[in-house]
Amino acid sequence: MNAYVGTSTSRVDGRAKVTGAAKYAGEFAADGLLHGFVVEATIARGRIARLDTSEALRVKGVVDVLTHAHRPPLADKDEAWKDEVAPEKGSPFRPLYDERIKFNGQPIALVVAEDWETAKFAATRVHVEYEQEGFATDLESERDKAEKVDQPHKPRGDAAGALTRAPVRHEADYVLPTEHHNPMELFATTAVWDGSGGLTVYDKTQGVQNVQKFLCSVFGKKPDEIRVISPYVGGAFGSGLRPQHQVVLATLAALALKRSVRVVLTRQQMYSLGYRPMTIERVALGAKPDGTLDAIAHEAIAVTSRYEDFSRNDTGWAEQLYKSPNSNFSHKLVDLDVSTPCDMRAPGAATGVCALECAMDELAVALKLDPVDLRLRCYSDRDQSEDLPYTSKQLRECYARGAEAFGWSRRNPAPRSMRDGKELVGWGMATGVWEALQMPVAVRIVLTANGHAEISCAASDIGTGTYTIVAQVAADALGLPIDNISVRLADSTLPQAPVEGGSWMAASSAHAVLRAAEEIREELARLAKAMPASPLADLDAANITLTDGMIASSDGRGAAVSIADVMRHSKLERIEREKLNQFAEDKSHARNTHSAVFAEVKIDEELGIIRVTRIVNAVAAGRILNTKTGRSQIMGGVVWGIGMALHEETVMDHRFGRIMNANIAEYHIPVNADVHDIDLIFVDEPDDRINRLGIKGLGEIGIVGVPAAIANAVYHATGKRIRRFPITLDKLLE
Amino acid sequence: MADLTIPERIPINLVVNGERRALEVVPWTTLLDALRDRLELTGTKKGCDHGQCGACTVLIDGRRVNSCLTLAVMTDGAEITTIEGLARDGALHPLQQAFIDHDAFQCGYCTPGQICSAAGLLAEGRARDADEIRELMSGNLCRCGAYPNIVAAIEQAMSRS
Repeated sequence: MNAYVGTSTSRVDGRAKVTGAAKYAGEFAADGLLHGFVVEATIARGRIARLDTSEALRVKGVVDVLTHAHRPPLADKDEAWKDEVAPEKGSPFRPLYDERIKFNGQPIALVVAEDWETAKFAATRVHVEYEQEGFATDLESERDKAEKVDQPHKPRGDAAGALTRAPVRHEADYVLPTEHHNPMELFATTAVWDGSGGLTVYDKTQGVQNVQKFLCSVFGKKPDEIRVISPYVGGAFGSGLRPQHQVVLATLAALALKRSVRVVLTRQQMYSLGYRPMTIERVALGAKPDGTLDAIAHEAIAVTSRYEDFSRNDTGWAEQLYKSPNSNFSHKLVDLDVSTPCDMRAPGAATGVCALECAMDELAVALKLDPVDLRLRCYSDRDQSEDLPYTSKQLRECYARGAEAFGWSRRNPAPRSMRDGKELVGWGMATGVWEALQMPVAVRIVLTANGHAEISCAASDIGTGTYTIVAQVAADALGLPIDNISVRLADSTLPQAPVEGGSWMAASSAHAVLRAAEEIREELARLAKAMPASPLADLDAANITLTDGMIASSDGRGAAVSIADVMRHSKLERIEREKLNQFAEDKSHARNTHSAVFAEVKIDEELGIIRVTRIVNAVAAGRILNTKTGRSQIMGGVVWGIGMALHEETVMDHRFGRIMNANIAEYHIPVNADVHDIDLIFVDEPDDRINRLGIKGLGEIGIVGVPAAIANAVYHATGKRIRRFPITLDKLLE
Repeated sequence: MADLTIPERIPINLVVNGERRALEVVPWTTLLDALRDRLELTGTKKGCDHGQCGACTVLIDGRRVNSCLTLAVMTDGAEITTIEGLARDGALHPLQQAFIDHDAFQCGYCTPGQICSAAGLLAEGRARDADEIRELMSGNLCRCGAYPNIVAAIEQAMSRS
């Protein structure tokens, strides 16, 4: 029964969000709540020589100032600080641990006061002296020190030789800047002291159980002493995957003072959390004149911190997209005196595919081929890295549907050939690709005799729509109206879930709901068959289905009994089932989502102002659980792609190793007036191999390819190839 | 010796969502912090505290204002409407309903500011088409990128008001 799955059901948490009733981490009240304000280091590397808190402590209303020299004990082994998504290699950052300064903006003290303004004021009265050391924060000047990390994909053939021999070649560096997530909600934690050593921690996080385990190990607490809750998350996009500074600081202060404490970072302070690392992408393509590829080489050189190796798969996406007998990939890291980067929407792909797709556009120009035509000539039906077929791949259809909706056939290929009054018009396109991942998730369903069901799971909804799709899948599986379903998420005491990321939560949570609902159905079938004079007595349990609040024969014939009657007869108030779903390992197929992105830009030639007037994004991502929230996710990705192409860049002053635009006015993100016509197409992609419902996930694929499509449109409009992102007007006017 | 004194509290009277509220605030308290921390009206959001994001938008005497750039003492005697005051007797404001219908939010954090700003915009009567809505709503950032849906929601509410 699919009354809800696949429809455009409105968000079930919509009312809470439009009325202000939805409470976020920094909004939970507690008796005697104290407020913490973070003091940050102002040097990039060195040690604290002197930290004087005496003046701050004299401010009326200040309760304490915690520092590395004045705090409760913290774990001293790296293992204790490694959360579920910490990089394998390295030593995670420990706030207020010792006098070492590893990056500018590092938290070095927490002023705790009776109210927030007092804490903020007193923080200006903490005096610090440093012993500074030499430091480096510039990727480009340190490029030669890059060291190889494990290769994401094996080389095939002899790419270097094939490139030398290739009749048509393109090779270039593409530079992607550091970007910050800037979710609208400030990172915040309210740690509520229970009076006897236990804490309820309301935290802005993408994984309550990850944070709970981390806090227990860092503070040496038993699992039942710390509970982490995060019912609503005001955006995160990867920045909330790892436990962040403020949750450690709030917990530290609550344990030190045996009181409830809230710590909210300022927008500026959030720039010392993780970020998308600046990456130099070198792409080399060798082709025959007919537009088939002989060789692909892709090298990425990215920033990481000195204390952890963070890297993602930037290179190697060509293995999924373009047929080539020879390929070579490498990923290198440069250690700098900065905080560790972290995942940011489509990590690796947003940057790596941007470079690859700009390079493909340049190759199309060199070959005098239409960019879509070139991609079709190289189209790969197999993932070449492991030589595997796909569970499904409707990318050809994405190109066709996207091109048609955009009107691509009317494109004049010559740069600077299209105009609209004073503005140059450019049309560009690119391909997108992401992985379809799935993880073990457990769900508990409690069905009550009144025909209501509560679904609970520790998974987070960071705006992605998890509350809604869980309710949809449960309503269909239990045969109940969606209004009879309530969903509880993001409490560490609820059934197991991993962090919410990588686009894996839709498939993972939906199948866990199915498994638990199946057990409920089996129990109801057993009870219904056992009822005196049951009309279902002769039926096999497997042939019994739940629909419209009834237990009925699957073929729709014969009598049915209501769930309420069965439970009353059985003298049951509730049926409760919890089930962990694990996906069978299947290495016989590659699993990916794909997209074809078409962009139109209009550029004022005299002023260099660029407007993205149209985007068509045709996406193949398996079954779409909810066309309304699904479209929103892709739209959000497209808006992020506009930001990546034209606006976003974290700018460092390398003389101080300090970010210069650590605010949301000078770090530009798209505003309403930057976003025009966005046309989203979900290409039909049945996939009965990937999982039962054919779900692939939508969180990342929306951004991938968008920056390249825009950059390629800018080239088409102007004849200028900008390979250093973002494409700002000064670069066009140079 | 540095001056470490905290300023004296000043009594003010506000009418918040139709209800008279008396408060004593130090002069540096913003209206935003007074609403969130003192009156427990956490529907109004803090996204930057610098007037850069619009998440804190409320209506002061019917005008849309960034409450993080407004000191609470400046609003003595004013009528303030926050997101909590838009629904009447449990019935959603047309903008609230339109935001749900058009999925004009994802994480929901900028949403109260967007809706209050849109309510102010409707009262101003300045926006006549989608382009003008886009321009006049550009003080309210949405990192989830719901802008086209926000515009559609406002158009729906405009056409019905």
